[in-house]
Amino acid sequence: MAVEYSWPTKEESKVIGTSHDRLDGAAKATGAAKYTYDTNPPKLLIARGLGCPHGHCRILDIDTTAAEKVPGVVHVHVLQKPKLGDDGKPIQPEIEWEGELLAVVSAETEAAATEGVAKIKLDFEPLDVFVDDEDLAAAEKAGRTSKGGGKVQLEKEPGDDEDEDEFAEKEINRLLGEAKRVVEGYYGIRPITHCCLEPHGSVCSWEGDKLSAHLSTQNVSGTDEQFANALKIAAGDVHVECQYIGGGFGSKFAPDYWAIAAAEISKATGRPVKLMLTRDQELKLGGNRPSGYLKVRLGADADGMVTVWDSQHWGTGGGRGGVVGHGVIPYVYRPKNFRRVATAIKTNCAPSRAWRAPDHPQACAISQTAYDDLAAKMGADSYDIFRKNLANIDSNQKAEVYAAEMEIAAKLMDWKAKWHPHGKGQANGSVVEGLGMAIHTWQGTANTSNCMLRIHPDGSVESFCGTQDLGTGTRTVCAMVLAETFGIAVESVKINIGSSKYPESGASGGSTTVGAVSESHRRAGLDALEKLAEVVAKKLEVDAASIVATGGRVGSQDDAAKSLSWKEACSLLGHKAIEVTAGYKIGTKSPLSSAGVGGVQMAHVAVDRETGVVRMKKFVAVQDMGLIINRKLAESQIHGAMIMGIAYALFEERITDPKTGQFVNAELSDYKLPRLGDIGELVVELYEPESERARGVIGLGEPPVISPGAAISNAVCNALGVRVPVLPLTPKRVVEALSAKA
Amino acid sequence: MKRLSGDASTGRVASGFSRREFLRGSGAAAAATALAGASQVAAGEGDEKSDGVVRGKATVVLDVNGGKHEVQVQPRTTLLDVLRNQLDLTGAKPVSADPSSGAATVLIDDKPACAASTLVLQTVGKKIRTVESLGGKKLDAVPEAFTHADAEQCGFCTPGFVVAVRAFLNEHPKATDEQIRSGLNGNICRCGTYANIIRAISIVRGG
Repeated sequence: MAVEYSWPTKEESKVIGTSHDRLDGAAKATGAAKYTYDTNPPKLLIARGLGCPHGHCRILDIDTTAAEKVPGVVHVHVLQKPKLGDDGKPIQPEIEWEGELLAVVSAETEAAATEGVAKIKLDFEPLDVFVDDEDLAAAEKAGRTSKGGGKVQLEKEPGDDEDEDEFAEKEINRLLGEAKRVVEGYYGIRPITHCCLEPHGSVCSWEGDKLSAHLSTQNVSGTDEQFANALKIAAGDVHVECQYIGGGFGSKFAPDYWAIAAAEISKATGRPVKLMLTRDQELKLGGNRPSGYLKVRLGADADGMVTVWDSQHWGTGGGRGGVVGHGVIPYVYRPKNFRRVATAIKTNCAPSRAWRAPDHPQACAISQTAYDDLAAKMGADSYDIFRKNLANIDSNQKAEVYAAEMEIAAKLMDWKAKWHPHGKGQANGSVVEGLGMAIHTWQGTANTSNCMLRIHPDGSVESFCGTQDLGTGTRTVCAMVLAETFGIAVESVKINIGSSKYPESGASGGSTTVGAVSESHRRAGLDALEKLAEVVAKKLEVDAASIVATGGRVGSQDDAAKSLSWKEACSLLGHKAIEVTAGYKIGTKSPLSSAGVGGVQMAHVAVDRETGVVRMKKFVAVQDMGLIINRKLAESQIHGAMIMGIAYALFEERITDPKTGQFVNAELSDYKLPRLGDIGELVVELYEPESERARGVIGLGEPPVISPGAAISNAVCNALGVRVPVLPLTPKRVVEALSAKA
Repeated sequence: MKRLSGDASTGRVASGFSRREFLRGSGAAAAATALAGASQVAAGEGDEKSDGVVRGKATVVLDVNGGKHEVQVQPRTTLLDVLRNQLDLTGAKPVSADPSSGAATVLIDDKPACAASTLVLQTVGKKIRTVESLGGKKLDAVPEAFTHADAEQCGFCTPGFVVAVRAFLNEHPKATDEQIRSGLNGNICRCGTYANIIRAISIVRGG
């Protein structure tokens, strides 16, 4: 009989939806949790890389003689070696971004490795550098642009003999001409980095032909094959392990060439090798988010309903080009008539990587600001404009859910009482306050996941799954699902994750993990419970279909007298544990998970007009996510996303020297991030009516990081009555925007 | 003392003097000089000063978490290096070479200090306590509250934060909300656990 998979009802649930403490919380808080960087096998060599000092250059020579002589240095591995070609002509590697690793020094100590790196003599020929991603005309002139796609959609269609482009141009101009309100705006958001606190890296060692790699990765089940392909060995001969990862945010899906190098050096030296990026290398190479700049003409009717949107946007994904996709412009809101064009710029900066909710935070920041400027221009309440335009959206969530969330958020913010027209608030000395809002969407589909589960005759339960904990609390989620399924304590379930030897589970990207592991663990749990129920039913002489497991007992739901304790029930198994493997394949329709969420955020800021300093006063987030597994962990994800949003709205950006391409603030002393005192009051509301709960589990990690840029920018605009066009809203940019207006 | 050769990895190819070089070279030498006569420094050997880097190895005894530990050091060796690579106390994390992240915070004579920018020779004869001393069988109230308030996500910054909070609360057991928000700005969390850390501190403080 096939098991019917489902979640217990709200009333039946004992564990799911509660706030359980993170199972590995104390291990993390006392230093007991071992990360890749903390792995110290015997005879370990510590390796450090030499990064390219120039944004664009040709490597003429790498002389490692002096490095090799440094006491303690054991091995020097050159990654970008100039050599002579078959025709006798020199082949000199061309490096297109600063920081790219050129050589790796392995030594007995970190200090010796660092000294060895400093002793490498590098001879290079500097080439032209281009890093300005904001000046589109300059990029075009320098031949650095490429088409990033676009789309035109109009209510009216061109006639048979009309040229489509010409028609669109004419029609958009007509619509703008007829619009009662027109906003012409410019908005931008600078590139930022992932800035994982544990840098990218690995500890690699070999036993014969088998590679063991401790890798700081959000893709345990997928990286063994990547190692194998690069090293030309069988995937079965690679074991990837990651029990704890110090931040990924979308940047740690692959071993990267530096982990491959660590494996090669380990092979060459016969010793384990630890190669972690240094802090500046992490910022330069470890991942960054594309910038985005947008010019728009927006037309609306007298009530503030947007009727036409005409934008072009650009930005850079670094050395391989790339730009925020046009499909998310304008963000969530989608007027009936629009034209959008994207242009990618190639710069001499390291290539971008997926950053928490790829493209969405930038799209939100450069387009929902225009909607707020419409409110400013009309002297209207931003809330009314955002609310009204829900009539035209293109989202994974429904307009009525956004409307309900807006109402809740407005209450929590006390929006009506606090709101004033843009720039018309009461000043307290030089300080003015303002409110802003934004809305967002995300998919959050469950990824593929498999779980092997054992129920032992002594009553112990253990599961094995090749997933990982990015910081979400994956172990706790798995344990809660199994504890609910078996009616036992969360702490009594032994969860094993973080090894590529375990059944395959998808990478943690796209907010897919909680859905994935909830699917696999619930399925495996119910499959195993069915087997246990057969044994128990036989013993109790009841129908197996009547067996339920709850409150530490397994027995008939029809007859309370007929039940056994969990331990007694399991002891009926004799000497043979129940072992099942169950899984979920991404994209399969399931009663346990689905996709598509929305959320609303509102910011209250105080801005000092003299110093340009923006302070967060209060920040409200209302978020839907289907069925909540662990309330506490869900709230933590939203808090974290809001703070990460404050970071890119007010503090962080990559600053690149235009002449050398050097990332000049690639240390934490200079790469500004918010501190504990910078966040103001955060209010999180989980939107969870029965209709949401019934949708099953949906991922949450990404959506709440999307709105902060626009919400905070809109709040600053509401305070000042002046748009500070480009994020982050540093004191300098605020002051400049005010002087430009004056 | 001769200037060190350039460090291509930081882009200072042909000139200049970096903070890191100071730490590696002259600063370390100065620290060694200051402590050379100290009785705790034993068995110095093989000094080699030709390029400005003192490489003498020495065995010193450190007082870590209430126990005495013999470790091998050079003048340039940082406390963080010794804790992590010789004593396998990996709670303090190497997030930044300078103290700007707070991830390598430990207590030296009960005062918070950055193990990444403290030379080990400066700590001989002092009481060093790491985050590990707050764990074990008897969990300290701070890591306990961090767990309960979920003041951790990836957890890489957490040990440094826990030690900083322990030191802060030792100094200000009745800290006001205002003091909490202004007194713990030396640590960085990238996952965004600050709100939960504030709650954790409130739990320990009471109220």
